[in-house]
Amino acid sequence: MYDIASLHRAVSVEDALRALAANENALVISGGTDVLVQNREGRHAGAALVSIHDLEEIRGVSLLENGDILIGAATCFTDLTNSPIIQSHIPMLGLAADEVGSPQIRNAGTIGGNVCNGVTSADTAPSLLALDAELELRSLEGERRVPLEAFYTGPGRTVRRRDELLCFLRIRPDSYHNVGGCYIKYGKRNAMEISTLGCAVALRLRDGVIERVRVAYGVAGPTPARCAAAEVAALGKPATAQTVEQTADAAVRALHPRTSWRASREFRLQLSHELLKRAMTQAIANAGGNADV
Amino acid sequence: MSVHSSIPRVDAVAKVTGQAKYTADLVPPNALYAKIVHATITNGLVKRIDGAQAQQVPGFVKLVTCFDAPKTLFPTPGHPWSVEKAHQDVCDRRLLDERVRLYGDNIAVVIARTPLAAAKAARLVRVEYEEYPPLLSPRQALLPGAGALHAQKPDNLLARSSFTVGEGTYADAVASEPDCVELVRTYDTQTVQHCHLELAQSMAYMEGDRIVVVSSTQIPHIIRRIIGQALSLPLGKIRVVKPYIGGGFGNKQDALVEPLAAWLTTLVGGRCVFLELTREETFTATRVRHAISFDIRALVRRDGTLVARKLTAYSSQGGYASHGHSIVANSAAVFKQLYHDQRVLEADALTVYTSLPTGGAMRGYGIPQIDFAAECMADDLCRMIGMDPVDFRLRNCTPEGYVDPHTGITFHSYGMRECLLKGREAFGWDEKRRAFQHQTGPKRRGVGMANFIYKTGVHPISLETAAARLTLNQDGSVMLQSGATEIGQGADTVLTQMAAEALGLSPERVHIVSTQDTDFTPFDLGAYASRQTYISGMAVKRAAEALRRRILDYAAGLLGREAQSLDIRGDAVVDASSGETLRSMTDLAMEAQYSLQNAAHLSAEYTYHCKDNTFSSGACFAQVEVDIPLCKVKIERILIVHDSGRLINPQLAAAQAHGGVSMGVGYALYEEMLFDGKGKPLNDNLLDYKLPTSMDSPDVETLFVELDDPTGPYGNKALGEPPAIPPAPAIRNAVLHATGVAVDSLPLSPQKLYEHFVKAGLMRDIAKEVDA
Repeated sequence: MYDIASLHRAVSVEDALRALAANENALVISGGTDVLVQNREGRHAGAALVSIHDLEEIRGVSLLENGDILIGAATCFTDLTNSPIIQSHIPMLGLAADEVGSPQIRNAGTIGGNVCNGVTSADTAPSLLALDAELELRSLEGERRVPLEAFYTGPGRTVRRRDELLCFLRIRPDSYHNVGGCYIKYGKRNAMEISTLGCAVALRLRDGVIERVRVAYGVAGPTPARCAAAEVAALGKPATAQTVEQTADAAVRALHPRTSWRASREFRLQLSHELLKRAMTQAIANAGGNADV
Repeated sequence: MSVHSSIPRVDAVAKVTGQAKYTADLVPPNALYAKIVHATITNGLVKRIDGAQAQQVPGFVKLVTCFDAPKTLFPTPGHPWSVEKAHQDVCDRRLLDERVRLYGDNIAVVIARTPLAAAKAARLVRVEYEEYPPLLSPRQALLPGAGALHAQKPDNLLARSSFTVGEGTYADAVASEPDCVELVRTYDTQTVQHCHLELAQSMAYMEGDRIVVVSSTQIPHIIRRIIGQALSLPLGKIRVVKPYIGGGFGNKQDALVEPLAAWLTTLVGGRCVFLELTREETFTATRVRHAISFDIRALVRRDGTLVARKLTAYSSQGGYASHGHSIVANSAAVFKQLYHDQRVLEADALTVYTSLPTGGAMRGYGIPQIDFAAECMADDLCRMIGMDPVDFRLRNCTPEGYVDPHTGITFHSYGMRECLLKGREAFGWDEKRRAFQHQTGPKRRGVGMANFIYKTGVHPISLETAAARLTLNQDGSVMLQSGATEIGQGADTVLTQMAAEALGLSPERVHIVSTQDTDFTPFDLGAYASRQTYISGMAVKRAAEALRRRILDYAAGLLGREAQSLDIRGDAVVDASSGETLRSMTDLAMEAQYSLQNAAHLSAEYTYHCKDNTFSSGACFAQVEVDIPLCKVKIERILIVHDSGRLINPQLAAAQAHGGVSMGVGYALYEEMLFDGKGKPLNDNLLDYKLPTSMDSPDVETLFVELDDPTGPYGNKALGEPPAIPPAPAIRNAVLHATGVAVDSLPLSPQKLYEHFVKAGLMRDIAKEVDA
């Protein structure tokens, strides 16, 4: 019961871009786990879908010679977590992908869709922020690169223009070399769950001191976002339980989660505090330290 | 033995391979599709409906509105009709009604050539309303001036009942026992939904002047009567067919969309109209489990003897009567049956119309609600006097030989104490209770338990009747027809086993007809209560015994023997004393069918009118780990012990327990229908309504105390509903043991636990620190 006027199965990125440019009602569909759900609810009625599902050129994960990791936007969550490159270099992203929905949804849904959907609860977004991911957007006019941090403009809104296609996500070596990371999702149940709150921490230690750190949250605000106050509190400090506690204290003073029927502001603050502590403690362990007292 | 053995489900292959046909599989290619237009206000009146835009949608066929619907009021619950007017179900529903009583109420229908066209057109129907304030709780709906949802009930009170057991009043008991400890508390249960996989759906078409309705229902024969009432048609004009169904849990023990579908086909010249609700519609516009609020006072001596109790129960009915007061009346009855008060019990139960989804039947029928309240009460009393919860139950629970003072229902086979003792032992209760006593730190463990009692059928409150028919096939196998419906619970399998047992045939020789068709299926009230193995099973057993006698009589003539000297064993007629095979069933059946001398088509039918009932009981034990800073409960172990009589199929029995406990886990920790301040549903889908997934369902341990119940066909009694009853209070009591926090409402959601844990000082108040 989907109200779809047409479906164009693109054969190349170029073909997809032309189809998007040619019809102002055109809408990108990849795995369909968001678009079809929205369509069933009556949104995008009469949509002209442009499917990028078959585009091998923007699928899969590769490690470039300069150490950049390039993730095709049409890579589904299952392929992402099974990628040896992800497993050996940025396991936190694979674990974040494992948190999405169910096995069926992870077989269909893609990392590009997760990001372009623009929702604050996207499971891979906090980890991608903590890894300084850069997005490669293409249109007929050319290509531009946007840091994920500058991508979100509001709930469900991003800087991506309708005729642009997210083709790749790029993660640079400095963001993952010797970096320990951890993402913790909080949901009311253990699968098929939308995040109540998510926290990702990625950090690097030198002689027991935190020399580089990223903290990012999902659902603590209208979009996934890094938490500068927490990063400032942690940077240059010894990787200890006390630092973890102080970082969490700094984070909750900077966050402004809202009350919804899903959870109160107060409860989200509690979760923001506790998840950061647990994620950071694990990230420190993954980076070769120990903050577990 | 065919019974008391775990034969594979008779429907397993058809269901696993996809051969089994469900209602939606049977919709013909030229069918029309109906889509209901639902009210977008919670309480009010439809003033005008404008279908001009809807008509423009290609494929649009017809718009029918509440202004076109007959004024006839009909009842919907799947109860046997009472021939006594005073006990008849409340008639308060029209096919479509301009009076809106809940958000999503049915006010019009679009019929179109495709499901998409129907959905698009329905979205374009414009409605003008006059809006009234929503009535979101029984206490609010009872306030003077609240405004009536139904003209027949100006104060919104659908029904009220009360009783006293013992001498004097509760107040007398309090006054005369000054050394007692008194508990005064309110326990609240939430609105939950059945969440059967197959959505509510029916298709209807006409053959001549008769209406055929194919529907996903638990109660085909009762649905036929309700359609007749709704459409003011004689029942003979209506045929209801029930194919395989994908779950019901009580929601489909109600007329959901059948009367509407039946009416719609008459408006399009008898063409097939298919009406399938979405998940969202199934949440709001079918039935839910009643949210009931229980005010409880309980008086206990310091030695643990329960002296007196007082109960006032407020049941939120929602917009329409449906099963109505039967639910909370059942709650009050179990509050009475589960514990013995030395002096007195006073109970008062009210069912109140509210502008929320309609409460109906759901697995356990009011008992998961009262068991939560009663078993919270028990543990809260135990804490006040420092008593072990199992000891408290052993001292005060339903005694052996119990007879309900009002209904006369007798506990024929009493296994309650044995369940408590067996569970205590198997769970390692005493050691765990001690081990988890004084914990600190962010993660704490606890164990809790809950007891329950449950009647098997509905006698003497309602009629209990069932019929079955058996026909001998020419190959010596039999066809078995029962009006009892397979809804996933395994009825077809256990009825097959019982027929095979009584006939002396192997189960492979019994072919059960899974479909019920009111044109030729014997009458049965359907799948509800925990009655089918007990009531319908007896009808099958007696019909099989009758067919067995007929077969042996025929064999006696054929073999020149006395029928008493013959028996059926191993699919053959044998000499009863020596066991020698005299004639295979195949040869005998062929002979009976085609004999030129004495052809006889052997069949038997039996109607069982049951005038007895019996109690089942059991207990659940749970161990949890509470992650205090994350406000999360993990069930580490859960054990349920059932006193359900002899098991017909032990593997199916265990599966019933697994499913029921899973439902109980959802009730305890996850599930809750939420509404905004205007009564609009917030989580009417399976993402936001937190049904536990397989990742949230613990491994369930099951134990059975198998006592032979003299009233069941093979010593069996209720098991269908009971597993869903005690898990929630057992889990709540385990959380109490772990944290010292006594939560008084369901579910124990993280948000609720957060508020309790902060209040109890179990963790930092981060929000308060931030705000300071």
